[in-house]
Amino acid sequence: MGFDMSAIHLKDLNIFYGDTQVVHDVTLDVAPGESFALVGESGSGKSTILKAIMGLAPDWTGTIEVDGKPRSHGPDRAFSRQCQMVFQDPYGSLHPRKTIDATLAEPLLIHGLKNRDARVVELLGEVGLDARFRFRFPHQLSGGQRQRVAIARALALEPKFLLLDEPTSALDVSIQAEILNLLKRLRKERGLTYLMVTHNLPVVAFMCDRLAVMRHGRIEEIASAEALKTGALATPYARELYRLSNPEETAEEQP
Amino acid sequence: MSLLDIQNLTVTFPTPRGPVNVVDGVSLALGQERLGIVGESGSGKSMTGRAILGLVRPPGKVRADRMLFEGQELQGLSDRAMRKIRGARISMVMQDPKFSLNPVMTVGRQIEEALRTHESLPRRALKARVVEMLDAVRIHDPERVMRLYPHEVSGGMGQRIMIAMMLIPRPRILIADEPTSALDVSVQGQVLDLIDELVRENGMGLMLVSHDLHLVGRYCDRVMVMNAGRVVETLDAKNLHAAQHPYTKGLLAAVPRMNETRDELPVLDRSKWAST
Repeated sequence: MGFDMSAIHLKDLNIFYGDTQVVHDVTLDVAPGESFALVGESGSGKSTILKAIMGLAPDWTGTIEVDGKPRSHGPDRAFSRQCQMVFQDPYGSLHPRKTIDATLAEPLLIHGLKNRDARVVELLGEVGLDARFRFRFPHQLSGGQRQRVAIARALALEPKFLLLDEPTSALDVSIQAEILNLLKRLRKERGLTYLMVTHNLPVVAFMCDRLAVMRHGRIEEIASAEALKTGALATPYARELYRLSNPEETAEEQP
Repeated sequence: MSLLDIQNLTVTFPTPRGPVNVVDGVSLALGQERLGIVGESGSGKSMTGRAILGLVRPPGKVRADRMLFEGQELQGLSDRAMRKIRGARISMVMQDPKFSLNPVMTVGRQIEEALRTHESLPRRALKARVVEMLDAVRIHDPERVMRLYPHEVSGGMGQRIMIAMMLIPRPRILIADEPTSALDVSVQGQVLDLIDELVRENGMGLMLVSHDLHLVGRYCDRVMVMNAGRVVETLDAKNLHAAQHPYTKGLLAAVPRMNETRDELPVLDRSKWAST
């Protein structure tokens, strides 16, 4: 690749669940400040890659480097400061019996950070949540509000990298628009690097600079967002996904 | 005569802060056509479908000035009479086949049961109908698939099995509630094409409930947009892009496009409509 050091560097990555290999020989580099998407259908291994980077899928071979440092196979406290993850389902990823305040203060507490009180208020502000939500429980919030909390929690340790696993697919389109705008703004303001898993190609067109199309645990193609927007994808499978995701425009081209 | 004629349908649930109308005065008529009902979570779109089938459980209450199915009033029917309509004359495909198929019953027996509940047929004729139906939903080796359990089939095949099960009693109306949102894009199109084809062939009425405006626009003749229990506007699917109501326009604009050039997506101003 053309950059001196990759923010996220994966080389010959193979990931296993027991005896089953779910990711095969994945090699990719994400540049600092880039927003990179992994797209593909269910079972293509895209979420598993995020899990391996986070240490949640410890059975892998090959290389994972984040910010130039090789990643160990398990959870890693120093790594958590650098890289955080936002999960798909905001109904499942927040502790139901912890207030928003406790949820946001927990990472600060674990890492022994000071000024927790002020930080929590600041975090709520950054994701556009009113301070009155601070002492509520997740069930008192809507799906979009919960996903804002999950993003605030991911930002609490001021990481440089965010791994986003289908961050808006459980949300209504109007809420999706709000969350995508928020993620875009945060990336710009903080110079974050995103590695985002999604099955929604138009979301990639809005949010990302490049994408890798995955199928059966392998990368079929790495393309620029420009290639996606103009339909200039190289492999037949990627073109097929493009056609299925974009029936209005492509229908007219066919006789 | 329209298949379904509903006037002023209201579904009410009690809450600690007083009763809430989750469906609030909805009127609609459905003929041999494909009607889409679109809205966001909490808009009342699914509840409208459930109310028609008499599936709103207490403490929920359903009221309507009239709710006619082929001229027959559905309100006030006994459970027994309603069971003769539900499944046999009006049936429903739900979102996720993983949760709507019985996990401990083979696919063949479930489809068979759906038919047996509404018609008494000799064994051989029963089996012939099941095979014929599986064939109609493009399952190529019906004999093998009939012996499988739901966990042995993929999501797309599961949904085709659901459709087979719902259509085998030859209903007049199919209500499909987010039938493809649990499926991958490559399978979504196939499932919707299949529903579309079967509905047309059999001269049925289809009510497609979805949050996806574009999808509904593609597969329906008319689209009804709902928000906070009310119908915001009803329009011909081909005129979807000329929608007048600011809510519909807002929804259309909020979806990212493939050839996206906008730096920011427009966000609905929720204060103008009831908040959800």
